Parts: sequence; structure tokens; C-alpha cells
Amino acid sequence: MNKLAFFSGLLFGLGVLLSGMTNPDKVLGFLNIASAWDPSLLLVLVTAVLVAFVPMQLAQRRSKALLGEPIAFPDTRSITGQLILGSAVFGVGWGMTGLCPGPSLAALASLHAPQWLFFASMVVGMTGFELWQRAAANKTQRTAAPVRPGATALGSKS
Amino acid sequence: MLTLDWPAFTPYTAVAGGVLIGAAAGALALGGGKIAGISGILGGALSDALAARRPAPWRLTFVLGVLMASVLWATSLPIPGAAFKAPWPLLLIGGLLVGVGARLSSGCASGHGVCGLARLSRRSLTAVATFLSTGIVTAVAVHILLH
Repeated sequence: MNKLAFFSGLLFGLGVLLSGMTNPDKVLGFLNIASAWDPSLLLVLVTAVLVAFVPMQLAQRRSKALLGEPIAFPDTRSITGQLILGSAVFGVGWGMTGLCPGPSLAALASLHAPQWLFFASMVVGMTGFELWQRAAANKTQRTAAPVRPGATALGSKS
Repeated sequence: MLTLDWPAFTPYTAVAGGVLIGAAAGALALGGGKIAGISGILGGALSDALAARRPAPWRLTFVLGVLMASVLWATSLPIPGAAFKAPWPLLLIGGLLVGVGARLSSGCASGHGVCGLARLSRRSLTAVATFLSTGIVTAVAVHILLH
């Protein structure tokens, strides 16, 4: 599993770099439809989805992956306010910078300070979210404790 | 009207990069049963670390793989966008919003975009439509304000 994850990460990183998506100006050339439009990002996304489609669909129909691990796909189905709000906030940050988590990670070896600033802010944002979730879970646990002493902690999802 | 920026359009590397990204996501899903979503992998590892748990090793090796790709690339070719310029407050605030937003919506361009759409997940389709919309509006607004 660790070897697979390593090679998948390596392949993913090379793909992101080859596609040019680590270049925020290229991403903004796609998002900024008010100027001349660069459809490269759309082509990257459509190609990646098409290539991933068959293995994803096969994986989704199995109970165990080829290496024997359980299929750990999200099982949430409902469209929640949290999903919409989170995606909307994500899009604003993406549109401001032309950067998102994958390319940001794959570009770290450029040692370009703005790239690292974005990455660090993103990790701070993720950490803030985790701390807030843990605080919310603790609060729920405290209020729920007298009623349901045996209740388990609402751990943050991973 | 929408005009194509032909000189900037790079169809061959876009398709080749897309094939590698799709293959990476497909292999991790079918081989290991995991979603190759960067915010989920980073955030999941962070979540474990903050709870004083040992993060799942596959998350760390995946991140290591991406970093290895970055280092290997940088030794022979310049990383695309390696010299981009942006005002630092924009990067600071944008980074925070991307981090919080991706975790709040349980996914980013790789998790919802590549993996979620390939799974035909309605949640991911909603997420992608939402972040594309706010992304386009924001990028246009920032472009107008800065130029």
C-alpha cells in the first residue's frame, strides 16, 4: 500500500507539473474569462476524469481493493450547506491566486517564496478548520455527556 | 465575447498531464481503495497529528511521492510558474480560504474534480460547479481591480 501510494503520488505530481497547472497564471488564464481564454485546465480535468473513470467505477463496485485494503470512499450522499459553502470559499481563494492544494504541493521544489507563502497559509487554514471541528466535537460531547454517558467522541473525519 | 488565447493553449501537455493524473488517481483507487484528493490527504494527516495519532502511512508516502516528483522535475526543468508574481496579501488570504474551504467541503480540484467526477458523485459535481463559479467570478473581479 505504501509503495502504491508513493508511486501514485509521484505520477500525480509529474502529471500536475507536465500539465502546467502549477503555474497560477495558466490557471487564471482559464478562470479569467474576461480576457483571452486558455482552455488548458479544462482539457487536463476532462482527460484525467476520463482516464480515472474505468478504475474508479470498478473500484466502486468492489468491497476490497486489489491490494486487499477496504475501499475507503466517502459514503455521504446528501448535498449539504457545508459542501456548498466550503466549495464557494475554496473557489474564491482559488480565483484570487490561481493556486489549489495539488499544484501548490507539486510546486514546492521551485523554492519560490510566494509558492511557499500560499502553501503555508493553506496548511494554517486546514489546521484552523481541524481545531474548530475538534472544539465543536468536544462541546457536543460535553453537552451530550450527562444524557448519554457511554457516547463516543465525535472524532473529526479523516 | 469569449476569445481563445491560442498562444497560451497547450493541448498536448494538458492531455499528457491529464493522463498521468487520471492514472495516478485510478491506480490509488483500484489498487488501494483510496481517494487521491490532496486536501483530504493533507488534512487527514493533519487531523491525525493534531489528535496526537500517528497519521496513516499511505498519506505520508503519497505526499512524499508528490514532493519527489517536484524535486525530480526541478533538477532538470524549471517548475512551471516558478517565478510567478502576486501580491502577498492575496496569497495569504487566498491560501487560508483554499485550506478552510477544501476541508469544509471535503475536497478540492483533485478530490472532487478528478476522483469525484470519475465516481459520478452528485456531491462532487455540485462542489465543482460551485467552485468553478466562484473561482471565475473572483478571478474576473481580481483582474479588473488589479489592471
